[in-house]
Amino acid sequence: MTNLIVEISRYLIILLIAIYTYYNFRFFSMKNEEDRNYACSRQLVCMFMLHFLANLLIVLNTKSEELILFYGMQVLFFVCYLSLSKFFYKKISRLLLNNICMLLGTGFIILTRLNPERAMRQFLIVVVSAVVTWIIPFIIDRVWQLVKLAWLYGILGVLILAFVCIAGNTSFGAQLSLTVGGISVQPSEFVKISFVFFAAARLYRSTKFKDVAITTVIAALHVVILVLSRDLGSALIFFITYLFMLFVATSNWLYLGAGVMSGSAAAAAAYNLFSHVRRRVEAWRDPWADIDDKGYQVTQGLFAMGTGGWFGLGLYQGMPQKIPVVDKDFVFAAISEELGVIYALCLLFICVGCFMQFMIIAVKMQAMFYKLIAFGLGIMYITQVFLTVGGVVKFIPSTGVTLPFVSYGGSSVLATFVLFNVIQGLYILKRTEEEEYEEG
Amino acid sequence: MKKAKPNPKANRNILLITYLIVGLFIGMSVYLGYFIQVQSEDVINNPYNSARLNSFEERVVRGKILSDDGSILAETIISENGTETRNYPQGDLFSHVVGYSSMGKTGIESLANYYLLSSHINPFTKAMDQLADKKSDGDTVVTTLDKTMQSIAYEALGDRKGAVIAMEPGTGKVLAMVSKPTFDPNLIDEQWEDLVNGDQTEARLLNRATQGLYPPGSTFKIITALQYMREHPGMYNDYRFGCDGIYEFQRFTIQCYHKTAHGEQDFEAAFANSCNGAFSSLGQELDLTGLKHLSEQLLFNCEQPISIPYSKSMYVMEDGAKEWEIAQTVIGQGSTLMTPMHNLMLTSAIANGGMLMQPYLIERVENINGEIVKQFMPAQYGELMTATEAKGLQILLERVVTDGTGSALRTEAYSVAGKTGSAEFEKGKETHAWFVGYAPAENPEIAVCVIVEEGGSGGKAAAPIARQMFDAYLLH
Ligand SMILES: [Zn+2]
Repeated sequence: MTNLIVEISRYLIILLIAIYTYYNFRFFSMKNEEDRNYACSRQLVCMFMLHFLANLLIVLNTKSEELILFYGMQVLFFVCYLSLSKFFYKKISRLLLNNICMLLGTGFIILTRLNPERAMRQFLIVVVSAVVTWIIPFIIDRVWQLVKLAWLYGILGVLILAFVCIAGNTSFGAQLSLTVGGISVQPSEFVKISFVFFAAARLYRSTKFKDVAITTVIAALHVVILVLSRDLGSALIFFITYLFMLFVATSNWLYLGAGVMSGSAAAAAAYNLFSHVRRRVEAWRDPWADIDDKGYQVTQGLFAMGTGGWFGLGLYQGMPQKIPVVDKDFVFAAISEELGVIYALCLLFICVGCFMQFMIIAVKMQAMFYKLIAFGLGIMYITQVFLTVGGVVKFIPSTGVTLPFVSYGGSSVLATFVLFNVIQGLYILKRTEEEEYEEG
Repeated sequence: MKKAKPNPKANRNILLITYLIVGLFIGMSVYLGYFIQVQSEDVINNPYNSARLNSFEERVVRGKILSDDGSILAETIISENGTETRNYPQGDLFSHVVGYSSMGKTGIESLANYYLLSSHINPFTKAMDQLADKKSDGDTVVTTLDKTMQSIAYEALGDRKGAVIAMEPGTGKVLAMVSKPTFDPNLIDEQWEDLVNGDQTEARLLNRATQGLYPPGSTFKIITALQYMREHPGMYNDYRFGCDGIYEFQRFTIQCYHKTAHGEQDFEAAFANSCNGAFSSLGQELDLTGLKHLSEQLLFNCEQPISIPYSKSMYVMEDGAKEWEIAQTVIGQGSTLMTPMHNLMLTSAIANGGMLMQPYLIERVENINGEIVKQFMPAQYGELMTATEAKGLQILLERVVTDGTGSALRTEAYSVAGKTGSAEFEKGKETHAWFVGYAPAENPEIAVCVIVEEGGSGGKAAAPIARQMFDAYLLH
């Protein structure tokens, strides 16, 4: 009987996330508020059912009472988070809220399956982050002076990155984290946000060549320090974000062209200078040539996804533990292996859905500062998703970045909450504006 | 906050970038989809993924391996108490090529691991099996191996060590692959200790057909001849050499087999009689860089299109080598080593006008009810030489049988082309006997490679085995 439950839930879970993803995009073509609310409610039904089925499988497999309790706590958190958010912020984007829960839920499911202890720690961090960042939309909505702090964002960002570069702990050959009071913090995650604020504030103030040059120097400083810290994934994310923000702020194709060229030159230089860059590129080009060493992670990821196939092997039926760093960089491979590539692709498109929502907000914002913030954060987010998933599926060389809200990692969760709540703040701001306009 | 001017350009650019990125994600999804749908099967059937594949054994009964006429080569038998045993009804007849699956996996058991552990029964039966907590039946792998040909090769080699392989030059289908001494895959678990740590000279587990490295002896003259033909296009048969059985130059001597004096030889006659003196002499004039390049073109020192474990053949002579090394290398002595499978591939390519077909062992995969799941098709590997060069070599190989050392293959029933070889490998021991060839010479249907370790002369020990193979295949 258990077998039947396992088999049926395997397909049901895929069906549910497919429906969820369908509504995510159907939503964009809906004009009327009632339809939209209906779509969002349907999504929640799918989300909770999926979460239940997956946890049923987890409990059936582990026979752990502790995990039943853990499931209960997750449901309690989702219910509180959704209802309190809607209660305090009447105009909040329900779609983004749902997506946050869907991504977190998937993260909890796969982390529990990989390592329940880590999943519980992740859960704790999620709860704290959700509470701490709850105030952000309120600040965004009221405090317009944020635009005046350009230099504060810029200098703070550079200082923090420089400090980590010098004093940071090394992991996988990169200086990424600081240990503060026994907790490992990855400050570059937070600098991502201050960086977008810096660039938005500066580029909003002036797009004269001289000012652009100064802004670019500070931005480049961020990137260079990250390269020196050997955190090339983040360096790439910062670079792409700044380049696109500059282009949108100035509408100047020359800047874009010059940026792309200097970026390519820098990439070529990095390839020739750093052996760890060459390693990654070689592992991408032909992971089979050195399957024992360089190509090991990539090939194990491909084995996991290939063996899982479209429908996955089912939770606990695969061997995702064989992939190095599976709960961080390669979480996408673990999801593909056990929940199926269809599930993983749906998840990918939920991320794309979030990005599109960010871009719609960016387009609708009147003030260039806000426009650039929504745009910059959106680019930052989607670049990170692209780098991590692209690296796993061997579309691009793997850069060692994580999948926001899904991968294990405290700093990433907190920073992503900040990011989403800034966007929520802008969304609320926009809707308030629209309503005032309609009333006036 | 003051309102900036509406910025239509910025919005247009935002949309542009959004489309670009969404497009990129669609591209990446298609890439992943293509990997899953098309490439993944080949990718995951990799020994490095064996842990994942072996976990399939919990849900699937390992499928059967059949010969091309449907004889069972390997099957899993489930006893009443549910224990599974892998049974090989043919005993040691197919031991190396089919392999074993309990102490690690080799041969077709490893090559087809994924297919054997996949089940393509209909979804309803599958669901019922799952409900009943019963394993599903794995797919059946039908090989290209011909049981009759395999038996003839097995019998012909007898108790001697060596290997016999046969394939279709036009398709790459492997018809037989025997390596001796054998082991009984049914007893692999009990005899494991002895097979691994026992008499090392026996090396029973070694598949000599693909993993045994031997000096090519006179079969290498095919390559030397090709290099000479390349350097003397259209006029290579003007070559003359007077053989008195012992060729002396400087301080060295090279003997023809049993010091036979071949007399006045032209190029074709020297090849047909396998005259060592003539080849050692003409070898001194060859462009050694060209010869090394040609050898590598003919798959020495590189990966070969063989789907089961194999050894890489070695060719080391560089430009600037001394006369003695040249004299040895061009007649296949010296430090050159190759596998019988490699030699067979070269012969097949010559028979097939220069084009090497990728050798393959799996004909198709069927589900338990015999419905085809996957059919394998002949695939070209690449042109090893031009059609003109192949034609030139074909003429040489035919002369070997009509006028030279391949007399054992002279028959009215069909015509054969081939080359014998007697490779010295250790002073005081009998030579390894080689034969490579194909038949019928004018329209090749089968190519055969035989090596008999310490068998003596290729013409006497190896060629008769090839004869039996040709007879069986062409005169059945
Ligand atoms: Zn001679």
